[in-house]
Amino acid sequence: MALDKNTVDQIATLARLSVDADDNAAYQDELGQILALVDQLDAAATGDVAPLAHPLELTARLRADEVSETDQRDAFQATAPAVASGYYLVPKVID
Amino acid sequence: MYLNTLVAQARALAAGEISSTELTRLHLDRCQQLDSRLNAIITLSAETALAQAEAADARRAAGQAGPLTGIPLLHKDIFCTQGVRTSCGSRMLDNFVAPYDATVVRRLQDAGMVMLGKTNMDEFAMGSSNETSYYGPVTNPWRAQTVPGGSSGGSAAAVAARLAAAATGTDTGGSIRQPAALCGITGIKPTYGRVSRYGMIAFASSLDQAGPMTRTAEDAALLLSAMSGFDPLDSTSIERDSEDYSAQLGDSLEGLTLGLPKEFFGAGLHPDVAAAIETAAAELEKLGARLKEITLPNSSLGIPAYYVVAPAEASSNLARFDGVRYGYRCADPADLQDLYCRSRSEGFGREVKRRIMIGTYALSSGYYDAYYLKAQQVRRLIRDDFQRAFEAVDVILGPTTPAPAFGLNEKTADPVSMYLNDIYTVTANLAGLPAMSLPAGFSGELPIGMHLIGNYFSEGRLLNVAHRYQQVTDWHERVPEGCE
Amino acid sequence: MEWETVIGLEIHVQLNTKSKIFSGSSTAYGAEPNSQASAVDLGLPGVLPVLNREVVRKAVKFGLAINAELAGQSVFARKNYFYPDLPKGYQISQYELPIVGRGAIDIDLPDGTRKTINITRAHLEEDAGKSIHDLYSDSTAVDLNRAGTPLVEIVSEPEMRSAAEAAAYMKTLHALVRYLDISDGNMQEGSFRCDANVSVRPAGSEQFGTRAELKNLNSFRFVEQAINYEVERQIALIESGGEVIQETRLYDPNKGETRSMRGKEQAHDYRYFPDPDLLPVDIDDSFIEEIRAELPELPAARRQRFIEQYELSDYDSGVLTASRELADYFETSVTTAGGHAKVCANWTMGELSAALNRDGVELSRSTVSARQLGELVARIQDQTISGKIAKTVFDALWNGEGEVDQVIEDRGLKQVTDTGAIEQLVDDVIAANPDQCEQYRNGNDKVLGYLVGQAMKQSQGKANPQQVNELLRQKLD
Repeated sequence: MALDKNTVDQIATLARLSVDADDNAAYQDELGQILALVDQLDAAATGDVAPLAHPLELTARLRADEVSETDQRDAFQATAPAVASGYYLVPKVID
Repeated sequence: MYLNTLVAQARALAAGEISSTELTRLHLDRCQQLDSRLNAIITLSAETALAQAEAADARRAAGQAGPLTGIPLLHKDIFCTQGVRTSCGSRMLDNFVAPYDATVVRRLQDAGMVMLGKTNMDEFAMGSSNETSYYGPVTNPWRAQTVPGGSSGGSAAAVAARLAAAATGTDTGGSIRQPAALCGITGIKPTYGRVSRYGMIAFASSLDQAGPMTRTAEDAALLLSAMSGFDPLDSTSIERDSEDYSAQLGDSLEGLTLGLPKEFFGAGLHPDVAAAIETAAAELEKLGARLKEITLPNSSLGIPAYYVVAPAEASSNLARFDGVRYGYRCADPADLQDLYCRSRSEGFGREVKRRIMIGTYALSSGYYDAYYLKAQQVRRLIRDDFQRAFEAVDVILGPTTPAPAFGLNEKTADPVSMYLNDIYTVTANLAGLPAMSLPAGFSGELPIGMHLIGNYFSEGRLLNVAHRYQQVTDWHERVPEGCE
Repeated sequence: MEWETVIGLEIHVQLNTKSKIFSGSSTAYGAEPNSQASAVDLGLPGVLPVLNREVVRKAVKFGLAINAELAGQSVFARKNYFYPDLPKGYQISQYELPIVGRGAIDIDLPDGTRKTINITRAHLEEDAGKSIHDLYSDSTAVDLNRAGTPLVEIVSEPEMRSAAEAAAYMKTLHALVRYLDISDGNMQEGSFRCDANVSVRPAGSEQFGTRAELKNLNSFRFVEQAINYEVERQIALIESGGEVIQETRLYDPNKGETRSMRGKEQAHDYRYFPDPDLLPVDIDDSFIEEIRAELPELPAARRQRFIEQYELSDYDSGVLTASRELADYFETSVTTAGGHAKVCANWTMGELSAALNRDGVELSRSTVSARQLGELVARIQDQTISGKIAKTVFDALWNGEGEVDQVIEDRGLKQVTDTGAIEQLVDDVIAANPDQCEQYRNGNDKVLGYLVGQAMKQSQGKANPQQVNELLRQKLD
C-alpha cells in the first residue's frame, strides 16, 4: 500500500518529526516499500487466532507498596538540557 | 594472552600467571592499536577499567575471586553504565551519562569482570549492518569495506578481532546472531525473559533480549550463567534461577534429533552457505545426532510480522527522547512543537525515523487491526509452528543468514533488502525462543554462521551442541588477517 | 420546548498508596520539585515499570464495593501523546480489559428518592506531572513529582439528568472511596477530580444530543455550577438555531462559565496498544475473596444498620453515614454515652455540625472529640446537667477548656437535686407570684410552666426541672 503526502505529514505530526517536501517524497517511497513487505501478512490465515503479545504468556508479578527511591534530582538533572530551581524548562506553553 | 578465550584467561588469572591489571592493560592497548581500523568501540573507558582491574586483583588476593573475576569485556553501548556515556549509537544520546547500571552490567561487575568500554552499534539497535550508527560504520575484521552485520556489529567485530574475549550484545530480530555469523564468532540469544532488560535501552520490548558474544560456546556458557537470572526490576523477567550452562557442555549428542526446516534451505540461500550448513549437519550426525527434515510453514511471515511489531513498539519506546529531560535538544526552539520536532529530527538518524514512522502508522486509528493485531496473530502461528516442530525434534538447525557479509553501502539505499538479512533469525524473537549462531565455515575469506534454535529454556542444550561441534572443528579458532 | 439534560461523569481518584504505581517513589504531596521523580518516573532510557500490588488491591476493593464484574485478566496499555509533563511520551493506562468492569451505585436525590447509577468501567492509570506556566516569563516549568501517582478513573453511564444528580453521584463516590480507604479524597490537592460529559435533548427523545466535555471540576460546587451553565448555554444555542459541537470546555470558577478549548488541542490519535513492558494482571478468585474479607462496612449497609440498631430515621441515618468519619464519630459517642443513640445523633447533627460549619473546621480537627460528646450525653442522661446547661458545656469544650466533668465542676454547672434547696426555691417563687398561684388554683394549668421557669431562672438553670415541677404541684394542689 502506497502512502500519500498527507498521510506522511499526519504520521510525522503524530511522531513529532519534521518532514519537509523532499523528505516527504522519500518517505512515501520508502514507507511504501516497507508496507508492501508488511502487506504479505494479508495472506496469513489468522481467522480467530488470539494475538500473542508475549512469547511465554506469563502474568504480572506484583511489587510490595514500599518507598524504595531516594531523591536523586541532582544526578538526573546533571545532563538535562534546561533546568531552573529543580524544574525542567520547555518553551512556554500557551494555555 | 589476548588470543586466549575467556576460559583460558580465567585459568591464567587463577594460576597467577597474569594479573587482571596486566590483562586489562594488554587489552586496552590492543583496542587503541586496532580500533582505528575497525571503529568497533564508541567509548573506551580506560580509567574505569584499570580501577576495576585493581579491585579484581585485590579480590583475588583476598581469596574471593569467582571464575570471571578480573576478565576484561566490552559492553554494547545499549546497556546503561553508571558514569560512562551510553549513546545507543545515536546523536540523541551523545551526551547521556546514565546515573544507573543495567542489570546485565551490574551482574557482570559483581562477578568481578572489567569493562573496557562500549561498542559501536546500529542506532537504537535498528539495522543489520552497523551502518546506521551516529559514530560511523564498523569494519568487518575479515575484509575491509565489508559490514560486520548488526546491530551488535561493534561487539562482533571486537571479539572477532580479539579486542576482548567477550562482549555483550542484544538481539531483537537477529542482532546478536547475524553479526556473530558475519564475523565468525559465537553468540546466543536466550529465551525471552531469561536475561533482565533493566537498563538496556529498549528497541522492541517484547522481542529484545541480551546475550553473550564470544569466540566459543564454552565461553558463552560461562558468561550467560553470570548474566541471566530473575530480576525484580524487569516485569518480564522470568522467576527462575540461573543455570550452570558450563556443566552441560560435555553431554553426548547420541540420540539427539536435529530438525532442518525445508523453508530455511530454499531460494535466496547463498550456495556456499548452503554447502557449509549441510557439511556441519553431517558433522553433527557423526557425533550421534539424527537429522530430520521439518517444516515451519509460517516462517515466511516472520519478516512482515516483525516489521510491524518491532517498529510499533519502537515508535512508542522512542517517544521519551523528546529533548526535555535529557539527551539532544535542538538550538533555539521557537515553541514546544518546534522543540519536539527538531530535537527528534536532528537527534535521530534516517533508519530510526523510518521505523518510528512505520510504527506510528501501524498503530494509528483505523490501521491497528490490519497491522498490529494481525501481526500479533501471526506471531502465535509462528510460535505454534515451532511447538509442533519441537514435538519431533530437539534442536532446529539452519543457516544464520542467507549470505556472508556484504559490502559497505551495498544495501543502504534499499531498506527492504537489508531487512531480509534477518529472514532466518526473526522468528526466534517473535516466538521468544533461545537461538544461537556459531562459525561453520567460510565463503572465501568471509565466515559462515550455523543457526541453532531450541525450545524455551534449552540454552544449555544449544550450547552443548555448539560445544561438541567446536571440539571437532576449528572454524572458531581462525583469526582474521592483521589480528593475529 | 422541554429539554432533558444528560450527564456522564469521569472521576479520577488518586489512590492513597505509599509508593507510585510503577516505581518505588513516594507519593507524598508537596515535596520539592522533581525530588520524588525516580528514573522510572522520568522515563529515563532502559528503565522499566513494575506494578504496585496495593494499587491492584485498592482497585479490586472499589470493584467489590460497586458489585462490579472483575476481569479475570486485566491489561495495561500505552496511550501515546506528547506533552512536557508526560515523561515517556505515553501514559500507562488501560484500554481493553480494564481492572473493574460494569457495576452500579445508589445515590440519594435532593427530593428524597433514590436512583441507581450504572458504572461502565474503572481502570488504572498513572498520573502525569505538572506543567507550571506562570512561574517563568518565557518558559513552562515541569515538575514530575506527581508523575506515576496511581489513579483509578471511574466512568459512569450517561444516566444523570441534572447537575444536582451529578453532584449527588460525585458525593456518594467520594464518601465511598473514603470508606474504602483507597483515597484521601482531598480535592484541593487533586486527589479527586471530575470531568463531565454534558448534552441536552428534547424531553422524551431517545437519541443523545452532541456532548461537550467539561474539564477542571474540582469541587462539588463547581460541578453543579459548570453543568448548570453548560446546560443553559447549549439550550440557548440550539433554540437560537445553532448547533452544539463536540469539544472540550474548561470551567472557569472565577467567571462561572465554561469556555471552549478548541484550537488549543491537537487532533488526537492515542495509538493505544498493550504495554509490552508489563504482563497481564491475573485477578483470580482467591485474590478477590482475600480482599472481600477485608472490606469495611459500606455506606448503604451501615445506614441500614443505624436504622435498625439505633432506631434512627432513614434521614438521620443517611446524614450520619454520609462520611465514614462522621459515622465513626457518632458510634464512638454512643459507646461512650452507654447508649442514648437518638440523643447522640441529635448532638452530632446539631451542635457539633453547626460548630464545624460555623468555624469551617473539618471533623478530623474537631476540638470536641467523639468521646467527649458521649460523656456530655451521659451527663445529661444521669441528670448531672440539663440539656440546656449541656450547650454551655459543649461551647466550653469547643473552646478547649478541658474535659466534660472538669468544666461542669469548675463552672459550678452541676444540677441542683437537693430536695431542701429546691423546696426553698419553690417557696420563694410561690411567695413572689401570688397572682399566678391563684390562677393555677383556679384551673389554669399553663401558668405552672411560668412558675417552673421562674424557679429555673433563680437557680441559674441548675435546678432539676422535674423536681421543681413536682414540688410546685404538691404545694399548690
